[in-house]
Amino acid sequence: MSDEYEHKLEAKSDYTGDASSVSTPDIDAVPDAELPDQELYHSHSWWTTYVFSQDAKYIGIQYALTAIGTGLLGLVLSWLMRIQLAWPGLGWLEPSSYYQFVTMHGMIMVVYLLTALFLGGFGNLLIPLMCGARDMAFPYVNMLSYWAFVVAVVVLLASFFVPGGPTGAGWTLYPPQAITAGTPGYNGGIILMLISLILFVAGFTMGGLNYIITVLQLRARGMTLMRLPLTIWGIFTATVLAMFAFPALLVGCLMMTLDSLLGTSFFMPAMVSLGETLTHEGGSPILFQHLFWFFGHPEVYIVALPAFGIVSDLLSVHSRKTIFGYRMMVWAIVGIGALSFFVWAHHMYVSGMNPWFGFFFATTTLIIAVPTAIKVYNWILTLWRGNIVLSLPMLFSLGFIVTFLNGGLTGLFLGNVTVDVPLSDTYFVVAHFHMVMGIAPILVVFGAIYHWYPLVTGRMMNETLGKVHFWITFIGSYAIYFPMHYQGFVGVPRRYYEIYDSPYIDVSTLLLNKFITIAVLIVGAAQLLFLYNLFASARLGKKAEKNPWKANSLEWQTPQMPPEHGNWGKELPKVYRWPYDFSVPGAKEDYIPQTQPPSEIIGAKVEKT
Amino acid sequence: MSDSSLDNLPKGWKSVPNDLGSDQTAFKGVQWGKAMMWIFLLSDTFIFSCFLISYMKGRASTVVDWPNTSHVFSLDFMGVPVPLLLIAIMTFVLITSSGTMALAVKYGYEKNRKMCGHLILATAIGGLIFVGMQAFEWSKLIHEGVRPWSNPFGAGQFGSYFFMITGFHGTHVSIGVIFLFIFARKVYRGDFDTGRRGFFTTMKSDYVSIEILGLYWHFVDLVWVFIFAFFYLW
Repeated sequence: MSDEYEHKLEAKSDYTGDASSVSTPDIDAVPDAELPDQELYHSHSWWTTYVFSQDAKYIGIQYALTAIGTGLLGLVLSWLMRIQLAWPGLGWLEPSSYYQFVTMHGMIMVVYLLTALFLGGFGNLLIPLMCGARDMAFPYVNMLSYWAFVVAVVVLLASFFVPGGPTGAGWTLYPPQAITAGTPGYNGGIILMLISLILFVAGFTMGGLNYIITVLQLRARGMTLMRLPLTIWGIFTATVLAMFAFPALLVGCLMMTLDSLLGTSFFMPAMVSLGETLTHEGGSPILFQHLFWFFGHPEVYIVALPAFGIVSDLLSVHSRKTIFGYRMMVWAIVGIGALSFFVWAHHMYVSGMNPWFGFFFATTTLIIAVPTAIKVYNWILTLWRGNIVLSLPMLFSLGFIVTFLNGGLTGLFLGNVTVDVPLSDTYFVVAHFHMVMGIAPILVVFGAIYHWYPLVTGRMMNETLGKVHFWITFIGSYAIYFPMHYQGFVGVPRRYYEIYDSPYIDVSTLLLNKFITIAVLIVGAAQLLFLYNLFASARLGKKAEKNPWKANSLEWQTPQMPPEHGNWGKELPKVYRWPYDFSVPGAKEDYIPQTQPPSEIIGAKVEKT
Repeated sequence: MSDSSLDNLPKGWKSVPNDLGSDQTAFKGVQWGKAMMWIFLLSDTFIFSCFLISYMKGRASTVVDWPNTSHVFSLDFMGVPVPLLLIAIMTFVLITSSGTMALAVKYGYEKNRKMCGHLILATAIGGLIFVGMQAFEWSKLIHEGVRPWSNPFGAGQFGSYFFMITGFHGTHVSIGVIFLFIFARKVYRGDFDTGRRGFFTTMKSDYVSIEILGLYWHFVDLVWVFIFAFFYLW
């Protein structure tokens, strides 16, 4: 199978051999190839092409579709929860189903939708293309990674069909209640949830090793780390975080599984349950909280950093402007990633830990605001005097900046112990984290899908439908989450399946609940419009020209669009600059692709990168 | 990258900014699989750290006293209870197998197929003896009434952490042993000399995979040193 590639290899080695022997200084010179061309797996059957595919592009699409399908379930669950909250008299949900749906909604959206979509989906699709590689470093392991994810999803969904149903412990799965009678799914659903998470971590580790090695070792000639698009920096840093954060989740899950199945007492103190003394004693429930949040806080950035990276690229391309402060952006991504390992206990201010811990973690939490603010300023300065095109990716990116800023500012409130304690477990927290790690990254996901859709299908998505989708989603999310901030301030607690007519809770919040639910139903329906657009455009969409957005980065410079197996045809690309040379004075076009040699753009005042 | 061009690169600390500022690869001349194994081991380090830190926290906060480990882990030798006897032998065997593994890597790069194969086989057998002795230790403790949920010597968490952590480490060793046997067969068959294609991955075999397996094996041994220190000596 590799004969054809070996031929190419011989031809190439001749070519690269004489590049260094040119005597006159060649302005188009790039360093010699360090490695022979990558040997690829070539599929021979329908099964190995479309099902057990080893091509990162296909795996990316598989990951994305599986994640979106699972996310759709999370969306439906949120509808049901909101209907219950707005009209508890209808009796749509049992209290137990409400808790189960809260739990599944949270876990699905954070782990099985956003993490899988950003890293598995966009990571697989974009890393090899943007780095100038033919594929991931280990295509076979990459395929295993996807199928482990599928098994994890199947196990998760299977928990809907076991006696007792899925776990209702909340997405944080805190013991002892998660595995104690009285919590829905305490002896069936929770086990499947824990096993599913363990499988997810195993699958992700296989994929994550691929992403890291591909970025570090498989870049094209001339592609230095500081010439990588910020998308890759975001995905790469998020993957590194995941490799170090998921172990804590894995250990926590394993220990809770043993507590539940074998009767060990890692997390279980001595307890009286339903009038009987349990056999457990001497365990530490706080230990689980530490393990969980040592994973859980970096997880926020595992979702946010790819969004930061992608949005930087979208803003730059669609405002025809160099990204402002590229190096600052890179260091901010890396800095946020590193700091995210030192803030986890700000999720535990009310857990009864030593108050000095709260002081320490509040400080580190507020320090994270610095690199994050740098990023927001840089996005705004990128737009400053740019040629802003209100295309769909741009609209969603603008929506992201506002939403992220909003969620970030409420984060400053919650990061301070004294302010957090009264706001803890209210709807203010719900509003905060949905704004900052729900809506904001999802807006980037939409922007990114509209942006890279032509790369995948060769067609454009429908612009009008997209604009309707944007405005309903954007305004709708504010209609949903702004009132929740207010509800939180007046003290409405989260995780209650019914807000009773109580003298302590203002009647206005009950009306707001109805308002929010109507907004949720409308916003949810708009996502069906998006799904229609996504699938129908693959056949009906306008044919896209090559490089439809006039972008500079490598993924648009492939010989074919959509790229074929092996991405680059005979010759691997050579990179001469970063991907942000837009509107360069003296250049013929308003963009200079990374592959355009300096000899072709003499006279253009490009920045040296 | 050929060896000659590697020689021209800066050495020592200067190589760090040079390599990170360069194109194509960040680790010059390092095979992909080797870099992958290093990063996997870093991640695995976090797993074992989480286990051991949880163990320390669990041990610090039990309501009942922790069992006296030198009593629990002692073995009767000619009628005298000798503390840590079995575990000393286990540790010795495992560390020795690390030595044979290192030699196997050396002979592999020298293309000395026979010696390489023998040494991998010796490493595998060392690992197998370790797992066997661990099974013996487990069954001895189980006979004495130690269970994951309780034990007659003290805090129930002792059994929980002991079986979980040594079990997780033992699984690592067992996986390593399986791969060592597979690799011994591959070496004897000459896969690494002929570049025979992998059954699953369809990629060519290369002697560097022995070094990659060696990295894993040394890591498993290193982790054992920490488990040994925290469980048996504390």
